[in-house]
Amino acid sequence: MEARDAYLDYAATTPVDERVVEAMLPYYTEVWGNPNSLYRRGREAYTALEAARERVVGAIGATHPNEVIFTAGGTEADNTALIGITMRARPDGGHLIVSAFEHHAVLEPAHFLEKSGYEVTYLAPRPEGYIDPEDLRNALRDDTVLVSVMHGNNEIGTLQPISELAGVAHERGALFHTDAAQTLGKVPVNVADLGVDAASFSGHKIYGPKGVGALYLKRGTPFAPMVRGGGQEFKKRSGTQNVAGVVGFATALDLVLAELPDEAARLASLRERIVSGVTSTIENTIESATYPERLPNIAHMIIKGVEGEAMLLQLDAKGVAVSTGSACSSGSLEPSHVLLSIGCPPELAHGSVRVSVGRFTSTEDVEYFLEVFPPIVERLRVMSPLYAKMYGSATT
Amino acid sequence: MLYSDKVMDHFNNPRNVGVLDDADGIGEVGNPVCGDVMKISIKVADDKIDDIRFQTLGCGAAIATSSIVTEMARGMSLEQAVAITKKQVAEELGGLPPAKMHCSVLATDGLKKAVDDYLVTHGRDPIAVGTIAHDDPEFDPHAEEHDDACEVTEE
Repeated sequence: MEARDAYLDYAATTPVDERVVEAMLPYYTEVWGNPNSLYRRGREAYTALEAARERVVGAIGATHPNEVIFTAGGTEADNTALIGITMRARPDGGHLIVSAFEHHAVLEPAHFLEKSGYEVTYLAPRPEGYIDPEDLRNALRDDTVLVSVMHGNNEIGTLQPISELAGVAHERGALFHTDAAQTLGKVPVNVADLGVDAASFSGHKIYGPKGVGALYLKRGTPFAPMVRGGGQEFKKRSGTQNVAGVVGFATALDLVLAELPDEAARLASLRERIVSGVTSTIENTIESATYPERLPNIAHMIIKGVEGEAMLLQLDAKGVAVSTGSACSSGSLEPSHVLLSIGCPPELAHGSVRVSVGRFTSTEDVEYFLEVFPPIVERLRVMSPLYAKMYGSATT
Repeated sequence: MLYSDKVMDHFNNPRNVGVLDDADGIGEVGNPVCGDVMKISIKVADDKIDDIRFQTLGCGAAIATSSIVTEMARGMSLEQAVAITKKQVAEELGGLPPAKMHCSVLATDGLKKAVDDYLVTHGRDPIAVGTIAHDDPEFDPHAEEHDDACEVTEE
């Protein structure tokens, strides 16, 4: 078996597609003007910026150009959505609801708002891995200003019933934000169909550059800017726009949407192969979340009796890149809050592995992973003082 | 967070893995809820550690610190073995990331427990009791995380 370089962590980031790089390059060296300047160089950059915006507006189903604000990434979009909407809509305090398995880019601004005097409900998902609209209905209050539930979970890969959830929130007069960083380009994302007031997007998850993202803000949504300055981006996000980055983001989005139907089916079959391959050849392994609505590209499994970082490092030594929800993998000390939120016990959460596929993943990459992984698990189980005691022999 | 070459060597090629069937002393510390458990078994001759094996469930640093502590302890007197500090373990490995310092406590505590187990089962007084961090119900291995004093970095 030949060693490979099998990158299976596309949910973490993606390489920039060469076609995207090609589209971006002229905006560094040729069309480099400030899009806010009135002379020719400025106008050229402005034209490129606004053309890119129009493409993003159309791609996500927004209706007006000023509903798309370019940011320096998905985290900034999440932060500005939570803080900007909440503080403008209810400056004197109120109530927010965020799902307990949000990305930290949503949880941390929620904590910040909590410290600033707002009340926050961290709504628990069902053990299957989804937020139940009835649970949201019960958590809503008259003073709930904003609800934020991610479109697709970045760890366990489950899709959330956003249009239903947004409808429930709106019935009680609350605004609704969704973090769509993981879903854009993998499943259809249309802000009108989803019925959301705000949505966050990231460039580097869709073969675009890092450091570029977008915030969709439906017209009329209350919003106070976090980044203040020269008033760019309709006074919602100051700072000279990253024209090359924005062109890259729009180009990446065009490409990913053009290829979406076929690519989603291809990724889904790779995902199925990973889950069935792991759970059928390695004892005491399960898929982490059973909710059937899911991202096509993320396989997430619990490998009982093994610690995740050890698995990750051993796979890395074989040229395979994956991620884990183990505490030890991240420098943080608790296992994944996502797994704990769906009721996964910590001792199992430490043994989770996320395998995510993408544009440049081949069948051979997946088969190589499925070949090298079982002996790694067996080796670590043999080394464990508990495995044989808890599950019987570690060797197969 | 990066591991030194020596940590990676001991993680990828751990020394003295297993259980001694006729062990004179066994020490087991840790908790699967925290993600790491270590078990050390020792053979003792003339109050020296004659043979030693370990089993560890845990991250790369937990396995590497377990491996190196077995190499350090082999041939030591029981007094020397229980005096091995987490700092010495980390130094021997060319340093550990700060968030991983608690893993070396797992290794030294496991060894101390094995030595005391040997002494007590042979009718003698334990010598490590009171110095075993994991015996303290208040012990939080993760509180060690920012103990910069024991941080060792590779040049």
